[in-house]
This record gives sequence, C-alpha cells and structure tokens, in this order.
Amino acid sequence: MESVTGAIAFWILAVAIIGCAVLVLTVPNIFHSALFLVGCLGGIAGIYILLNADFLAAVQILIYIGAVAVMLIFGIMLTQDVVKSNVSNHYRIPALGLSGAFLVILLTAIFGTNWQTQSPSTEASTGSIADALFSNYILPFELSSVVLLTAIIGAIVIAKER
Amino acid sequence: MVTQTSLNYVPVVVAAIVSGTVLSLLFILAAVVAPKRRTMISAIPYESGIPPKGSTWKQINLRYYLFAVFFLVFDIEAVFLFPWALTYLGIGAIAFFEMVIFLGILFLGLVYAWKKGVLKWT
Repeated sequence: MESVTGAIAFWILAVAIIGCAVLVLTVPNIFHSALFLVGCLGGIAGIYILLNADFLAAVQILIYIGAVAVMLIFGIMLTQDVVKSNVSNHYRIPALGLSGAFLVILLTAIFGTNWQTQSPSTEASTGSIADALFSNYILPFELSSVVLLTAIIGAIVIAKER
Repeated sequence: MVTQTSLNYVPVVVAAIVSGTVLSLLFILAAVVAPKRRTMISAIPYESGIPPKGSTWKQINLRYYLFAVFFLVFDIEAVFLFPWALTYLGIGAIAFFEMVIFLGILFLGLVYAWKKGVLKWT
C-alpha cells in the first residue's frame, strides 16, 4: 500500500517535471519559460521529499524557487531586448550540435553507470547533515561564507561601474 | 518508497489539493459570472487602482539586480541556520562560534555594500 502511494506520487511528479521542462523550451514568452522552470524545480523538491532528503527539499524550495528564480527573472528583465520577449538568433545549428553532444555524454554516463539501488533511509536527514556540517566539514562551511562574500563584492563592483 | 517521515508531508499534499481546487473553482466562477464584454478599461492590468503608465515591457534598473544578489546570499545564510539550530545543543559552544565566524564574514559584505552606498536609493 505504502509503496503504491509512493509510486503514484513519483509518477505524478515525474510527469509534472518533464511537462514543465518541455514547456520551458516551447512557450513563446520567456517569462512563462521562467515560471515553468520554477514548477520544474518544485517537482524536484517533491522527489527529494519522496527520497527522505528533507534538507535537500528545503534547500531546493528556499534557494532555487525562492532566490534563484528571482535572480533569473531579474536577469530577464535586465536584458536589453526584453521588449522582444524571446529573441531567436542564427545559432540554431551550433546549439543543436552542442546539445546533441551533451545528450550523447549524458546517455553514455547513464548507461555506463552501474546503478546501485538502495532503499532511502527512514529517518529525517537534517539532523545528521547538521552534525556532519558543524563538526567534520566545518572548513567547507566557513569557506562557503567566503564564496558568498565574493558574490556580494563581485556584484557590487560590476554593477557600480555603470 | 513511502516511509514514516514522508507521511509527515500528507498535510502538504492535502493543502496543495485544497488550494488548487479552490483556485480552479474561483477561475471557473469568474469565467461563468464575469461579463463577457471587453472594453478598453477592462483590458488594463489592475495595479492597485492606479492607471499604469508606459509599457510594462522595459529594461529595469541594474540596481534591482544587486538586491536580488543580496537576497540570494542571505537566503543561503538563512538555510544554514536551520541545521545549525538543530545541532546547536549537541555540539555546544563551538557551534556557536562557528556560526559567529560565518555570519561575521557575510556581515563584511553587508558593510562593504553599505560603505559603497549601494543600499541607498537616490
């Protein structure tokens, strides 16, 4: 019974994610693309919850849906050709080649990997992530603040020049 | 696949279903009840009752982007506070100072922004 509900939830999420991903590419308005990307990221948060990765799910919602989506929409609004919404250019064939090559790389990786199936842990992961983060991985944690500081200063330096 | 902890999210699913249903009902109701006649006034986007000026499709000021970056950075900072709060009692004083250093480094960024006058909107 439980695995049936899990499977139903997984397939609903999977269809939603792939549907949103296709719509990101096909809708004519670039703002709508961004909104469908948000839907896609939300579905991935749902997959994380199904796998009991509750911390990852929270990070996905707070950072990707909360902040990265805002950055993305601001980025669209900052572009000069925003009035034309979705500008097409003459890079169609190079883009096809590049994405085709990337697809080949992905497929080789997917079929070349010996996937180990492992049932997800049954307890919430935030506590154990926290214990590891604040004891063994304290240096990467503190370094992340330096990276974020670099982001702030870099953004100010670039934006101030104008 | 579904375990005890993911059963905790059943209220989230219920809330999503309820809000989705209510929202679709409102849209259906609006489609049924609202007058079909389209005038120039009804085509204007509602903006707190003030008539909108100019085109909404225009390039925004670069300053907004800086605020988006600040939001992103301090959002990530807030995310780190959650596991910290969980582990705080277990690890004790060291965890406190770890977080003080983390916040202190980020605070430098805020001070830099402040000194550069980025936060001022003139």
